[in-house]
Amino acid sequence: MAYALQQLINGVTLGMIYGLIAVGYTMVYGIIGMINFAHGDVFMIGAFLSLISLTLLSVLGLSSVPLALALTLVFAAGIAALYGWTIERVAYRPLRGSFRLAPLISAIGMSIVLQNFAQVSQGARVKPIAPLIPGGIQLMNVEGFAVQLSWMQIVIVVTTLAVLGVFTYLVSATPLGRSMRACEQDQKMAGLLGIDTDKTISLTFVIGAALAAVAGLMFLLYYGVIDFFIGFVAGVKAFTAAVLGGIGSLPGAVLGGLAIGLIETFWSAYFSVQYKDVAAFSILVIVLIFLPTGLLGRTDVEKV
Amino acid sequence: MSRRTLIASAAVLAVTLAGAAAQAQIRIATVGPMTGSYAAVGAQMKAGAEQAVADINKAGGVNGQQLVLEVGDDACDPRQAVSVANQMASRKVAVVAGHYCSGSSIPASKVYGEEGVLQISPASTNPAYTDKGGWNTFRVCGRDDQQGLVAGKYLATTFKGKKIAILHDNSAYGKGLADETKKSLNANGATEALYAAYTPGERDYSAIVSRMKQAGIDVIYVGGYHTETGLIARQAKEQGMNITMVGGDALVTNEFWQIAGPAGENTLMTFPSDPRKRPTAAAAVAEFKAKGFDPEGYTLYTYGAIQIWAEAAKKANSIDGKKVADVLHGGQPWDSVLGQISFDKKGDITTADYVFYVWKNGNYSEL
Repeated sequence: MAYALQQLINGVTLGMIYGLIAVGYTMVYGIIGMINFAHGDVFMIGAFLSLISLTLLSVLGLSSVPLALALTLVFAAGIAALYGWTIERVAYRPLRGSFRLAPLISAIGMSIVLQNFAQVSQGARVKPIAPLIPGGIQLMNVEGFAVQLSWMQIVIVVTTLAVLGVFTYLVSATPLGRSMRACEQDQKMAGLLGIDTDKTISLTFVIGAALAAVAGLMFLLYYGVIDFFIGFVAGVKAFTAAVLGGIGSLPGAVLGGLAIGLIETFWSAYFSVQYKDVAAFSILVIVLIFLPTGLLGRTDVEKV
Repeated sequence: MSRRTLIASAAVLAVTLAGAAAQAQIRIATVGPMTGSYAAVGAQMKAGAEQAVADINKAGGVNGQQLVLEVGDDACDPRQAVSVANQMASRKVAVVAGHYCSGSSIPASKVYGEEGVLQISPASTNPAYTDKGGWNTFRVCGRDDQQGLVAGKYLATTFKGKKIAILHDNSAYGKGLADETKKSLNANGATEALYAAYTPGERDYSAIVSRMKQAGIDVIYVGGYHTETGLIARQAKEQGMNITMVGGDALVTNEFWQIAGPAGENTLMTFPSDPRKRPTAAAAVAEFKAKGFDPEGYTLYTYGAIQIWAEAAKKANSIDGKKVADVLHGGQPWDSVLGQISFDKKGDITTADYVFYVWKNGNYSEL
């Protein structure tokens, strides 16, 4: 029982990190129907920006951890947003009228560019950071098995849920959200009705990239080690989470992330650790056979 | 006899005499990275070989003949290694104390094998060097997989009655290490409580850590690299576990401490012992120090390789490669600066060279 609870805590934390990244995939897909494969690498850039900021702040002698984290969040999200805007402007907008696969290939190219950029500018070795939010609480102790919940795990869950809440509100109840939904349904019609579609799409990328930076900061704080390749592994899992949850749906992304995190953890807990990815992806396939649009996805109505 | 014939016969006589003079000497060689990024190691090998040759010659040489040293440079490049090997073979060297990089030693050993040259590597630890080598390959250093022997025995005796987990990352290095350790652990009468693989390159090992916590694991042996080992140590501490991490030579890097932080305290790992501290090396070390050279790294390994060859050649009463190889394969112990060394049928040393090092407060030292 205590063991299952500990694994539940592990799984939820992992799932929330996947979910946080998956929200960025799902937002971009929702609005222009394109999978932004560079998103995982923007997440990696965000993690590096956070590391640079935290290092700079500690060199400057800032000792207050909450203030350092707040400044880092603003810095990393701001610069990452700039990356997001540039990527859209350089790699996707020129191809918008082109055939479907063109922006997809461009996205994969962008992903490789960012990875190599980080590898060359920051080096290929892993970059560690000392724990900033150490400690936690002991929930229970059954026959010597102590169930630990760290503060950092609470921070991650709260952050993901807060991000999900804010963005659900943004999409469903603000003028920007209305424009986004209009673009999602029919870009040409939205344009005819006076919506600046280019601006709306740009803003979506900017927001998505800022979100990736938040995920990058969380990842850095929780695991304490980053390198130029983290975007790939995390990106693949997060993308899977977005598809499992129903791509285009914000709560779906978090739910999908949670599902993958829990499957991986519980499979490792009770079966073979080696086969956890096989288990996670097998369940993805089974879900997609019965629910082709994912857990919370809507079926597309074919327009005539 | 015309004047011309006289000159010609004098020339012939001179050549014959020179040949006879050359016959009275034995050419031996050391080949390593004398240039390139490992040039520091090349300098160690050269210094070790020079000192060994000087000491052997002072004591009367081998079978009444003096040794002459040839130094070859392979720059740790396999192609250059092959061309240097051909060059050395054409100079009829009796033995090559080299090379340094396994990637150079392996292709060079084929050339030496065909030309009847014995090869004793002071540094190449890749198992393939002797496993796939011919009659002529020997080494005076350990093999990558001998670490497992040492680790398993140590785990079984030091942590008797404790619960031991063995993890590996499914890589050739990691799994090889973990399997050898398991074998040796079981042979020494202990059984691991958990044997599992993890996926390298990930960051989240909390599931496997909780699993070990549930199993009440006290000691974790990791066959893998420092990044994952550091993360596992860190996440185990975060989950309130009090464990001892044990690993291989991959942990002997400062990056391990940067990743693991205080969770890495008391982590143990196998690594070759410092040959300078062995009692058998005291005299040679003093000689090096008198010349202002610190015999670090592979200096003494190169010295030892030549020393052992000289002893074996005396015993075989020949410098013929195959005859000396037969004597070396015989399994008898040879006294050297590295301590007593004997070779098995493959040419590996039978007493593994590895000892334990421990991380304390961000620094590692021999246990």
